[in-house]
Amino acid sequence: MTAAREPADPAAKVIPIESAPSWSGPEPRPALADRLADGVGAALSGQLGATATKLLGKGWEQRAASGLGFLRRRLTGDYEVDDFGFDRELTEEVFLALLRPLAEKYFRIEVRGTEHIPAEGGVLIVANHSGTIPLDALMTQVAVHDHADRHLRMLAADLVFVLPVVNELARKAGHTLACNEDAQTLLERGEVVGVWPEGFKGIGKPFADRYKLQRFGRGGFVASALRAGVPIVPCSIVGAEETYPMIGNFRTLARLLGLPYVPITPTFPWLGPLGAIPLPTKWTIQFGEPIPTDSYPKEAADDPMLVFNLTDQVRETIQHTLYKLLVQRRSVFG
Amino acid sequence: MGKVVLVTGVAHRLGARFAGQIAEQPGVDVVVGVDAGPPPAALPLGVRYAQVDLRRPAIARVIAEYDVDTVVHLNVTSLGHGGRALVKETNVIGTMQLLGACQKAPGVRRLVVKSTTAVYGSAPRDPAVFGERMQPKAVPAGGFARDAVEVEGYVRGFARRRPDVAVTVLRFANILGRDGDTPLTAYFRLPLLPTALGHDPRLQFVHEDDAVEVLRLAALDAPTGTYNVAGDGVLLLSQCARRLGRPTVPLLRPALGVVAQLARQLTAPADRAFSQEQLQLLTHGRVVDTAQLRGTFGFTPRWTTPEAFADFAAHVTPGPLPPARLTAVTDRLTALLADHRPTDPEELRPR
Repeated sequence: MTAAREPADPAAKVIPIESAPSWSGPEPRPALADRLADGVGAALSGQLGATATKLLGKGWEQRAASGLGFLRRRLTGDYEVDDFGFDRELTEEVFLALLRPLAEKYFRIEVRGTEHIPAEGGVLIVANHSGTIPLDALMTQVAVHDHADRHLRMLAADLVFVLPVVNELARKAGHTLACNEDAQTLLERGEVVGVWPEGFKGIGKPFADRYKLQRFGRGGFVASALRAGVPIVPCSIVGAEETYPMIGNFRTLARLLGLPYVPITPTFPWLGPLGAIPLPTKWTIQFGEPIPTDSYPKEAADDPMLVFNLTDQVRETIQHTLYKLLVQRRSVFG
Repeated sequence: MGKVVLVTGVAHRLGARFAGQIAEQPGVDVVVGVDAGPPPAALPLGVRYAQVDLRRPAIARVIAEYDVDTVVHLNVTSLGHGGRALVKETNVIGTMQLLGACQKAPGVRRLVVKSTTAVYGSAPRDPAVFGERMQPKAVPAGGFARDAVEVEGYVRGFARRRPDVAVTVLRFANILGRDGDTPLTAYFRLPLLPTALGHDPRLQFVHEDDAVEVLRLAALDAPTGTYNVAGDGVLLLSQCARRLGRPTVPLLRPALGVVAQLARQLTAPADRAFSQEQLQLLTHGRVVDTAQLRGTFGFTPRWTTPEAFADFAAHVTPGPLPPARLTAVTDRLTALLADHRPTDPEELRPR
């Protein structure tokens, strides 16, 4: 501290005491930056540079530079988020990069029918929910980004936004609360919105009920699509049911913790944290033909019969596609 | 004959600035500023001052005396000295007295009330973006937000009883100015920013210049109704902290509550920075939709949320980690990589 106060920087003397931050001497950082830079520079021109090229492959400098650019924007808060808290850069560079190996290498997801997702404009993707932990939703987000080059904005349960850490990550990944207002705002802004209308009934159903679609809520998602006049794309996900086969439920513990369920699977909780590793099932995500809603007048959203009929149509489509995919499937771990 | 404008809360910065602005308008004859204390030093030229405690019926006399036709009620505020009870009384009872006086004054044609987006509360189960018509799931339980909810209730009642008066309610997001003094700016001036662990709230700001301009339009002849006022875009608390160069200290939410309790026992500015509602805001954040302001009202804020914040940040003492110092490190490293590249023989070879 005292060393930094010495006359290395003559301008430092004129800073009045009140305005000079008391926690540090004037500008020690540039000196640190210089020393760091000199050190790294010397190392790079010597043995280290050659080693790095050998280890990391050619062009590692560029990658490192873009990494530093990313770090710079993060450290200084110089990035944009949208009204919903969606951090596009963080999602692309970090979240999707972390999830991608899981989707491609671990679950070996086969994605079909991405041509049904329009290249632009609002669309509502409706999918079946399963697997105790909403991995299926995250994998769909990866699939939509990698195969259709769009960002999936999912509607998540309110539990997600009550939990610390989870709510922060969810918002930054572009998810928002499953409510009519948010769904409609996103659809009107031309986003791809994903909804899993079965909710906890679907994701927390016993293994015996696998691939049997539960009730589709109250059809709120259909009303939102009708109001925004956007197509509904049914999406069927096979493979997620078997990642965590739920054979029981600690009801009392769940009630104590305020959770919808605490699953018992063949591995959890018996193997402890190891039991939290999903089974390496082979997945298929099939996007179906879009169901247009723009032929209906805006008031149609307030017609319960129409909403229920459309809801049923979406549900039936997903259920039939699931059965078709299951018949084609050779083995769970295929 | 021109307009006669009554402005409450002129002792505050926004009130004084607005009174000065409106006094310069063509078609405005008289501007009467009202506040409880002796005439403020910063009172702009051309503004007459009446020392009236809004909680007393004396305000009716002022309205009658000057034959006021436009009332701009800015004295709904979280600021004030003398403790929370006095502030609440001024906000709520003051508004009731003022509205009562307006109701009895046939000359009053226009009422503009400053409210806050805090009326939507901050809760995890609410929609991400609030529109003017949405009802929050959890009405604010106390504090300034609760005052504003009650004030708006009285204003609605007044609008029903006096349909001939044009009533405009402006719900402002957090106002930031060069040297504004609000609970949020008090928080941002702390050397370390305690935050709620696992939460990164979305915040929205409106620049003081825009706030004054919206009030000016509303006091003249803009369409009536209730409007959200906020700059474009959103900043996360973490972004704000980094742009200010202030390190954050993430604490578990209950621990943050304890820190806030302790801080409230201390002196300014820490006591102001940690009101209960501000803790909610700093945990869950709040974003409003401003389509009505742009469309129906016809005003687009000139400062976006990040710009308003940058203007504020440029005028506060930088924190211990100014962005410039951090970028000095990364920029040097990036420059080094650029220097290093041509020395690689592979790279020098023509392609």
